Amino acid sequence: MLRSLLPALSLVLVLLAIAWLNPRAISYFGFSLMLNLAIPIALATIAQMFVIAGNELDLSIGTFVGFVGCVTATWLKDAPLIGVLILLGSIGVYALLGALIHLRNLPSIVVTLGMSFVWQGLAILVLPKPGGKAPDWLLSLMAFKPPLVPFPIIAALLIAAVVHFGLMRTSYGVILRGSGGNAAALERAGWSLLRTKIVLFALAGLFGVLSGMALIGITTSADANIGNGYTLLSIAGVILGGGEFVGGRVSPIGAVLGALTLALAASPLLTFMHIPPDWQVAANGAILIIVLAARVLISRRER
Amino acid sequence: MKKMLVLGALAAMLASGTALADTSGKKIAFSNNYAGNSWRQAMLDSYSIVTKKAVEDKVVAAADIFTTADKEVPTQAAQVQNLILQGYDAIVINAASPDALNGAIKQACDVGIVVVSFDGIVTEPCAYRVVVDFKDMGRQEIEQMAKFQPKGGNLLEIRGLAGTSIDDAIHAGILEGVAARPEFKIVGSVTGDWDQTTAQKAVATILPSLPDIVGVVDQGGDGYGAAQAFAAAGKPRPTIIMGNRQDELQWWKEQKDKDGYQTWSASIAPGVSSLAFWVAQQVLDGRTDIPHDLLVPYLAFTQDDFEAELPKIVKGGVASHEYTQEDAIAAIKANIK
Repeated sequence: MLRSLLPALSLVLVLLAIAWLNPRAISYFGFSLMLNLAIPIALATIAQMFVIAGNELDLSIGTFVGFVGCVTATWLKDAPLIGVLILLGSIGVYALLGALIHLRNLPSIVVTLGMSFVWQGLAILVLPKPGGKAPDWLLSLMAFKPPLVPFPIIAALLIAAVVHFGLMRTSYGVILRGSGGNAAALERAGWSLLRTKIVLFALAGLFGVLSGMALIGITTSADANIGNGYTLLSIAGVILGGGEFVGGRVSPIGAVLGALTLALAASPLLTFMHIPPDWQVAANGAILIIVLAARVLISRRER
Repeated sequence: MKKMLVLGALAAMLASGTALADTSGKKIAFSNNYAGNSWRQAMLDSYSIVTKKAVEDKVVAAADIFTTADKEVPTQAAQVQNLILQGYDAIVINAASPDALNGAIKQACDVGIVVVSFDGIVTEPCAYRVVVDFKDMGRQEIEQMAKFQPKGGNLLEIRGLAGTSIDDAIHAGILEGVAARPEFKIVGSVTGDWDQTTAQKAVATILPSLPDIVGVVDQGGDGYGAAQAFAAAGKPRPTIIMGNRQDELQWWKEQKDKDGYQTWSASIAPGVSSLAFWVAQQVLDGRTDIPHDLLVPYLAFTQDDFEAELPKIVKGGVASHEYTQEDAIAAIKANIK
């Protein structure tokens, strides 16, 4: 019970700390600002979660988000049709990677590490110098100001609800998680493991694309290196959200909460604490370690 | 009548643009995306020396420094957004990307925060940009070279980090300089990444295939490496333009003591961070005549004054200059056309 509440609990703790340090941040305006960059992180975390659900790890999601960002700021604005085709094609590449990893029984870490350089290289090809501009519809979508509840919160709820329903409440969702939990049993029951792996990787690609587009909608302009930090953030988000590296144990709601917690703990909390500049970089790492260690400690006590 | 006088005096004070006490309640934040090399460390040092004094003198209320843990754009964008929430009146920024932070910068401008970028500038029109005239620096390298090598000859060019605006600008300046002085010819070009080791390797690789070189034009941080490569290859020592690094000036001094070797040295002073701070202060002071693009001079040393500077630079460091409020006012004046 405590275990499933933990992601929400850590988010509340971080929010309390922020409220104490800077009460001004706890407002409609404050949440819109603090959390809008958490949306792309949450989407990247969901992408990573699909891969982890199948007992694999994706080390290329960060550079993939960067590549999508570059395509969004160039092709998708200037030639929307080609842009859409490129993005769909990149989801296809993800699906093929899933197939390759399953058929050749390759370690996903090696394959996706290699792919991370491919995506990075492609991103630099698309956008050799920082620049480009997000399509107008994307800009206005990300700048949307709904009444009462800030947009990032609505977006986070929506992402969590959709993925939770798809993965936890549908019968094929059970099969997908089962492919990570007990692959042998699934295969004996007649399900295609090749298909589950392809679906999981394609979903990761889809959410990677959404993450890149959301990011560019916020930053308005792209940079080939823009997503590099997302690889590790997404893995940390999944784990913080109650996921496990093996066994198909993941939680979409937890993953979204984990991503929000990380986004808040790393930057706003740090900025509001007024740490001397020499210590800021180390403090950032320390906060992440404390948050993740607390999660491990509590879930261990549960057993 | 008295009211008129007061108003008149107030208008005169505003027009003169000197510091008034009315920024004493203002808070200025410094958003920095990277602190991992000697130039950036010198930049942070200069900034904190100048701002600490400014806070003590009650020119501003606070001047805090924020450095992100990684070089990533989203991290710095989030940082800028948090600084907005913190209620700062101005943000001085050395940005991770010229374009990708524009969203966050615009949000800051929209709530009335003054944004001043330098070194890593931002292209968002509402922000101020303190830019060093790198193109002129490139041009000047050829002009200086003509003094030391009046007969002209073959030049080797060392480029900086590929794909950056700084490399682009210095290179363009050098090409312009060569076009104006046809006695010089660039016969080879290598990439040195503003780094002695990289430059030394690159120069050593290209040297055997080159004719006699009379001079090396470069971008700073690469002069000492080039000198080592020429020495190792047993080639005659050319006139190497230096870039204000301690090891470069040290080598220059050794050569000068030996046989009166002459050259010239120029680079961007890390202390330009303090100039950006004063520009922010001036904008907060109510000045509305400040152009959004400010071109400021680079820091140069000649045969006569480099030895005086050398002892002031820490080993492995780079020459810097802390700018004062007067410097900033003068720089702004020079940019108002």
